[in-house]
Amino acid sequence: MRKLALVRLAFGSIRRNAGRSLLTILGVVIGVGSVVVMVAIGQGARAEIAARVASLGTNLVVVTPGAIAKPGAGGGAGSMDTLTLDDIEVIEREVYGVVAVSPVVASGTNAVAGNANWRTSIQGVNDVWFDIRSWPVASGRVFDANEVRSARKVCLLGVTVATALFGADDPVGREVRLRGIPVEVIGVLSKKGPTAEGNDQDDVAVLPYTTVRQRMAGRQYIAQILLRASGAAAVPGVMTDVAAVLRESHHLGNRGDPDFTIRDQKQIAEASQGTTDVMTTLLFAVASVSLVVGGIGIMNIMLVSVTERTREIGIRRAVGARRSDVLAQFLVEAIVLSGLGGVIGAVGGAATASAVGALTGWSTPVTASSLAIAMVFSGVIGVFFGWVPARYAAALDPIDALRHG
Amino acid sequence: MAHLVDPMLAQGVVEIHGLIREFRGGDGELLQALAGVDLRVDVGEMVAIMGTSGSGKSTLLNILGCLDRPTSGTYRLAGVDVAGLQDDALADIRNERIGFIFQGFNLLHRTSALENVMLPMLYDRRDRFPDPAKSARAVLERVGLGARLHHEPSQLSGGQQQRVAIARALVTQPDLLLADEPTGNLDSHTTLDVMALFQELHREGMTQLIVTHEDEVASYCTRAIVLRDGRIVSDRPVPPRRAASDLARLWSAGPSEAAS
Repeated sequence: MRKLALVRLAFGSIRRNAGRSLLTILGVVIGVGSVVVMVAIGQGARAEIAARVASLGTNLVVVTPGAIAKPGAGGGAGSMDTLTLDDIEVIEREVYGVVAVSPVVASGTNAVAGNANWRTSIQGVNDVWFDIRSWPVASGRVFDANEVRSARKVCLLGVTVATALFGADDPVGREVRLRGIPVEVIGVLSKKGPTAEGNDQDDVAVLPYTTVRQRMAGRQYIAQILLRASGAAAVPGVMTDVAAVLRESHHLGNRGDPDFTIRDQKQIAEASQGTTDVMTTLLFAVASVSLVVGGIGIMNIMLVSVTERTREIGIRRAVGARRSDVLAQFLVEAIVLSGLGGVIGAVGGAATASAVGALTGWSTPVTASSLAIAMVFSGVIGVFFGWVPARYAAALDPIDALRHG
Repeated sequence: MAHLVDPMLAQGVVEIHGLIREFRGGDGELLQALAGVDLRVDVGEMVAIMGTSGSGKSTLLNILGCLDRPTSGTYRLAGVDVAGLQDDALADIRNERIGFIFQGFNLLHRTSALENVMLPMLYDRRDRFPDPAKSARAVLERVGLGARLHHEPSQLSGGQQQRVAIARALVTQPDLLLADEPTGNLDSHTTLDVMALFQELHREGMTQLIVTHEDEVASYCTRAIVLRDGRIVSDRPVPPRRAASDLARLWSAGPSEAAS
């Protein structure tokens, strides 16, 4: 039997049984498509988190008050006022390899400009903070060391606040009231996007920390000390040294639990990545289930179709087809159907993935490995379940196969 | 159509001795469908195999057609000991030497007459058919279906389907044509039509065995065998009678009833 004739035979049979062929293909399409989409979304989420962590700045070390996971009484990280401005001086003075240090004095307030009113957060920082965060202005300027020293009433607004208060107008040179104090807007920060946790980083008013501490009432505390190390290699040393000087200045001795937490970007990334990994695993589990469901679909259709076609196999055998001819025909049919389904599934999956990407703004890459896994799996199932029942039917004596129908 | 038979094989196309075929029944009891059959069919004979249902005539035909295997006994087809052959070799014998016409036609659904007739040539291993479509068309024209090449079985009448099945059996130019109740589902006009075709093939020298329970069908053959309980109980020559003449008479009697 010629190979070309075999392929033509398979295609003819697929065309003649269009409904059955479509159902078989559908199983593969769903299986392959869902895996491709799920993996792409998982990857997109990872990439997005990584981008957001990178948006914090480079070679960043973050000191926050309170310890992580302390059993018994006491809150978690950030709950206590354990960091002081003295800590910043100590770090600047004693830790080698630190390029810049800034406190972040945090507070919440309503920002008022004219009739507009917006609940936002205040961050009191020093002049190097913009550099540490790698956060340039979109318009206007940042404040300088002198303005910090003299606690000038100036501020920069995040894009969200600027839009909420001034709409499309340029806020630079205008005045906002923060905690009842009139403050001049000297700049608007460029758009930063959400944090890894999903908080809007652009919903912020940035002032000299001296201004916040000296001129504004209300609860305020040092939420963070941000440090920029001189390079990626210096980060671990900086972290160790900062821990040592803070233990000393906080009189903790060698044994006491630290009342601060030091993390670098890698740890922040890992914490966020951990969440995404759970999501990715979940998505992958869902995809695996659809792959298995698709596989069962293929299996059922193939089983039914071979039972239904036992008479056809009998006819072919009666006019001289060898067992191997019948098997070859079914194998080629199964390969063509699985292949067709695989291609449609891959294209459909890629289209869906890019649609999801367009909706979320993530990059949802269709990876070769997800394509390969999905297509191999569906292909193996399609071929296996096309072939095994055919083998059984082909093994019958022709007269028994003919009696079947 | 010339049917060349190796001159060495003057011994007979079919030679069977002591053929037994046993089946195990539903209650585990052993049933003998064939209880020791001896038969020799020479080149060019047209043999009717008769008997009541359950007499073993279909079982005999299936074994002759290499669709089924005997429990014991010998079967030589054109000199080849078929009983000892492996599955692939049997498939090749079915393909090259035997044309089988089934009682229920056994055509492929949703497949045109032309493709149905081309089917055996698909499995030809000796490149005997350089242009299968052309060969198939020629045979279909010969059985009078030249205008229905692309009709599917469901679009054809019973008689037309039977003729597609006959064309499929003839297209490989077999040594032996086997037919199982070829007229069982056909009216009397169509029956005569089919028998006239078989007689034409007979005149060309084709060896034929036809299972039937109709005396009329047997009357157009050259020899009639009667089976009972798996044994041959009668084997006699049949006086010549032409189906074509009978058909012509029938036509002149009531042409409007003649259907095909």
